[in-house]
Amino acid sequence: MKSEHKNAIVADKIATVILYCIAGFFLLLLAGFTAYIIVKGIMAYQPGIFSFERTGIGVELFNTVYLVLISLIISVPIGVGAGIYMAEYAKAGKVTNYLRICIETLSSLPSIVIGLFGYLVFIYMTGSKYNLFAGALAVSILSLPLLTTVTEDAIRAVPSIYKEGSLAVGATHWQTIVQICLPVATPRIITGVILAAGRGFGEAAALLYTAGMSSNVNLNIWNPFDPMSLLCPFRPGDTLALHIWALKTESMTPNADQIANFSAAVLLVLIFAFSLGSRLLGARLDRKMSGK
Amino acid sequence: MDKIKFDTKSLDLFYGDFQALKSINIKICENEVTAFIGPSGCGKSTFLRCLNRMNDLIDSVKMKGEIIFDDKDINGDIDVINLRTRVGMVFQKPNPFPMSIYENIAYGPKCQGLKDKTQLDTLVKESLTKAALWEEVKDRLNKSALGLSGGQQQRLCIARTIAMNPEVILMDEPTSALDPIATAKIEDLMSSLKKDYTIIIVTHSMQQAGRISDKTAFFLMGEIVEFDETPKIFTNPNDKRTEDYITGRFG
Repeated sequence: MKSEHKNAIVADKIATVILYCIAGFFLLLLAGFTAYIIVKGIMAYQPGIFSFERTGIGVELFNTVYLVLISLIISVPIGVGAGIYMAEYAKAGKVTNYLRICIETLSSLPSIVIGLFGYLVFIYMTGSKYNLFAGALAVSILSLPLLTTVTEDAIRAVPSIYKEGSLAVGATHWQTIVQICLPVATPRIITGVILAAGRGFGEAAALLYTAGMSSNVNLNIWNPFDPMSLLCPFRPGDTLALHIWALKTESMTPNADQIANFSAAVLLVLIFAFSLGSRLLGARLDRKMSGK
Repeated sequence: MDKIKFDTKSLDLFYGDFQALKSINIKICENEVTAFIGPSGCGKSTFLRCLNRMNDLIDSVKMKGEIIFDDKDINGDIDVINLRTRVGMVFQKPNPFPMSIYENIAYGPKCQGLKDKTQLDTLVKESLTKAALWEEVKDRLNKSALGLSGGQQQRLCIARTIAMNPEVILMDEPTSALDPIATAKIEDLMSSLKKDYTIIIVTHSMQQAGRISDKTAFFLMGEIVEFDETPKIFTNPNDKRTEDYITGRFG
């Protein structure tokens, strides 16, 4: 009896140590990677690297943010809507099971497949050139399953006493969803949006044949309907991730490596800033609701 | 003869294959407090939730029989939203919405389309006053309701229900999560509310049923064993099973 108790305590200690080791290992790995990329990036810094000319990465940086924004504008309403449907309206049965399999399959499709699908549908079938909007659509397809699943889980996690309370004062199902469930679920949905945006920031394969690998803009044109304008979403545009890949594989520029290194660091900072911003927003909403 | 608010006729309720309510017949009178007592799982909460169609949320529920509320069977072709504004509900666990105290009260009326700020202000004040909460919260109406104590939260939920100006208030063990002082406040509140509302309360506490109710129904295994004036049930029940439960021989 006594020794069994002792064994349990020892096992508990060992498990704690092992778990801390695993966590520490990953933390080190992450810190190592980040430091490597940031340091190499800073070392590669040269004046004018942010310029919008050929030697700079200004256009790529803009393209990245622009493409992610467009893709979020497309995918968030659809993904959240689908998540609400799955959580609140879908009745258990064959159709729902089939839908669920579809969502799971879609989420595990390799992004190059989605890229080629995007090329076929958004470029070839519409007869257009590579463009940012098509890229945003492809990224939206990638992030839709994620947004749907996260929203469904978030809505399901809303305590049922809130829902019952709302229905009991005569609110409709829809009023309950919009005014009670969605606000409560928002912090978790924001996590999903961060992950979705992360995919957009880092995506390369899905954009190869949709958004294209080059940008050709005339900075003197500000009419967003002119295909040479920076603001036009219907022009070819390479994002940072793709730019890095292109620089590392086929660029003729003499300092391609340095630009690629710096781009990687910028991309990392961009993603970090976006996650931090969204999390702060989520935390603020959470605080506001819990009344602290 | 008192006016009858709910007239239930041979109501059966099934969760899938399990029959949770068996041939329930009960007439509930206006402006009285009716208590449902009985051991856990006897169907008293299930029956309470029939009265504002809260069981609609559960897919597997099937019902037979009638519940007549104002000449209409509420399981028939009626407006459920309208029913729920007329038959309010207070839950076991206080469930204020994660918004301000003011917004909690204004939520129901707003859902019904009331927009006028002055009217809403008056309604919020009246409801909180009736629920004996106004004095405690009048300076913090815009603070989150989740910062209130459990007892205050439950009175807020009662105020939220009152704001809809219902005819009936259903209470599902409203004090089981509260301390004795908060419980006493809610019980006081119930006796003052009964002149304006019909109150139906499910309770696990027989003392509570004895203190606050005019009539008591004893539920057992999905049936109503006995339904009568509260003093009669507690002092001189007709059925042996009621007596056994009251005297604590089981339950």
